[in-house]
Amino acid sequence: MENMNQETILSVKDLNIKFTLRGRVLHAIRNVSLEVYKGESIAIVGESGSGKSVLTKSFMGLLDNNGFISSGEILYDGKDLTKFKKEREWQKIRGGQIAMIMQDPMTSLNPLKTIGEQIAEAVRLHQPAVRGGDAVREKVYAYLRDVGIRKPEKRYKQYPHEFSGGMRQRVVIAIALACNPRILICDEPTTALDVTIQAQIMKLLKDLKAKYDLTIIFITHDLGVVANIADRVAVMYAGDFVEIGTAEDVFYDPRHPYTWALLSSLPQLGKKGEELFTIKGTPPSLYKTIEGDAFAPRNPRALKIDFLAAPPRFDISETHMAKTWLLDPRAPKLEPPEGIRNLRKLEVLG
Amino acid sequence: MSAEREILLDVKDLHVTFGSGKKAFEAVRGVSFQVYRGETFGIVGESGSGKTTIGRAIMRIHPTSAGEILYKGNRINGKISRQLDRQVIQEIQMIFQDPMASLNERAKVDYIVSEGLINLHKKMSDEERRRRVQQALAEVGLLPEFASRFPHEFSGGQRQRIGIARALIMEPECIIADEPISALDVSIRAQVLNLLAALQKSRGITYIFIAHDLSVMRYFSDRIAVVYKGRIVELAETEELISHAAHPYTRALLSAIPMPNPVSEREKKLTVYDPSIHDYDRNPPRWQEFRPGHFVLANDREMEEGFGEVNDFDYLSS
Repeated sequence: MENMNQETILSVKDLNIKFTLRGRVLHAIRNVSLEVYKGESIAIVGESGSGKSVLTKSFMGLLDNNGFISSGEILYDGKDLTKFKKEREWQKIRGGQIAMIMQDPMTSLNPLKTIGEQIAEAVRLHQPAVRGGDAVREKVYAYLRDVGIRKPEKRYKQYPHEFSGGMRQRVVIAIALACNPRILICDEPTTALDVTIQAQIMKLLKDLKAKYDLTIIFITHDLGVVANIADRVAVMYAGDFVEIGTAEDVFYDPRHPYTWALLSSLPQLGKKGEELFTIKGTPPSLYKTIEGDAFAPRNPRALKIDFLAAPPRFDISETHMAKTWLLDPRAPKLEPPEGIRNLRKLEVLG
Repeated sequence: MSAEREILLDVKDLHVTFGSGKKAFEAVRGVSFQVYRGETFGIVGESGSGKTTIGRAIMRIHPTSAGEILYKGNRINGKISRQLDRQVIQEIQMIFQDPMASLNERAKVDYIVSEGLINLHKKMSDEERRRRVQQALAEVGLLPEFASRFPHEFSGGQRQRIGIARALIMEPECIIADEPISALDVSIRAQVLNLLAALQKSRGITYIFIAHDLSVMRYFSDRIAVVYKGRIVELAETEELISHAAHPYTRALLSAIPMPNPVSEREKKLTVYDPSIHDYDRNPPRWQEFRPGHFVLANDREMEEGFGEVNDFDYLSS
């Protein structure tokens, strides 16, 4: 869309993240670059183990102890986050600048504290201007109302076990908001929830993004979910982005075979009586050096060159890039699979 | 055509109550449906709707408080003969939602898959048992050497295959699949669904498929029952239900399905079911035929006038 005039809020440059496991080195993030624009919602999509959570955890200094950034930069607010050494430095980023919502609302809340106290704690820590018990309490009520929890006075005193899964996720969102962040990372926030609740939480996130002027980084394995919320979509495979573009680019004009495969395997597109499309094989081991296109061994229509050399980045338009040899002028013209050619005409059910 | 088909399972006015006295909670409140041999019968509803409880009542895990469940014409709820109990155990099997939680972490795959056989056929030789395990593993696309491994050595999709092998080894006629793919990655989901479909083709297994997601149901089920708060509110063949959804709850479920089309998704209005639109106090609902073969729980006024518009969704103004 109008990305070219947009201001960059977070910039990742040639980032490499490795983990040491039992004496072996796992290369989880392989030379990744990404610009996150202020005020957008960008979705990072990939299978389990593709590295999407590792990447976003590195924005907050939350990598596991055996993980480290081997090279590259994460620029935020003029600072390179990869240079941070002390916890004190990270404390200024975590919550107040970048906040995160985790997948499972059952485990991300403290079961021994009322939800009101848990939100109040975030208000006291991150909003020193709000002083005094009453003012903090009023602020907490306001956040509870914002996330769609009715009767905040009563709910304030309740414990997490008294809430349903969807309501708990709303509480988690309220805590994140109370930190007053600029970037909100949502790591599979709806995977553990029902479809109806999922749709409500997505709507809530969109409303809150507008109200609080947030930038949202949305992580999921399900491309179907992000059509609703994402301005841009970044598809990750084996620790690298294979395609980045606006939602329109990626859904209506996908270029990378892996994006084709992800779209084709959505059950929404399945026809009864026919087999659903599946991606054969498993993602490559990141312990080994990957030669050529990482997706080639699973791609039934891979080119010879895919096994020989890693594809460079091809820019299709100002907003759309993909890393596949198919975009090289010498490559044969391949159409995307038939089932995903007309997503623009796909109707909403019901 | 459904008149000629053999009824495998007949559920009549099923009630399941948890607790007793003042604390009693009726999770299933008068559910009736029939499952034909060889079909996939879908039960869809949100968390807490009672869909899992229905499945578990059929499996005899939860005792029923009223109503009847007939399997091949024999009542299988309440007190039944040992012989019938063994038959039910062998012929109706279950696949669970979370492959991380439903496998015994301390047992090897060999034992997990054959536990049912060990209990049911005490005299089976070890050799025969092993042969059957190998066969079941092969059928779900796992290698024979996996039998000697522990569950933690497998990925989510492989674990779910182990769960399916465990059901298959009993040579069941009916499998109750309770959210078998909800905990899996999208790409793995398709593999597991294809496997279930292939097994149905080769063995003629009847499925009762329980899920909260109508998009999967639509692909997989022949007929769908929509459950809301312990009652079936709508039941029809899949395409009929999707294209002519009558009950506002069904319509809300349909509108919640995320579609991979960003432009229409952004403009989509989310509909939310608000039970207060019914005037059931004055005019109680009955189970009525809305269109041929398409049943809905509605009162007479709703049958005449339709259910009216569903409310637009609106939270921030609450």
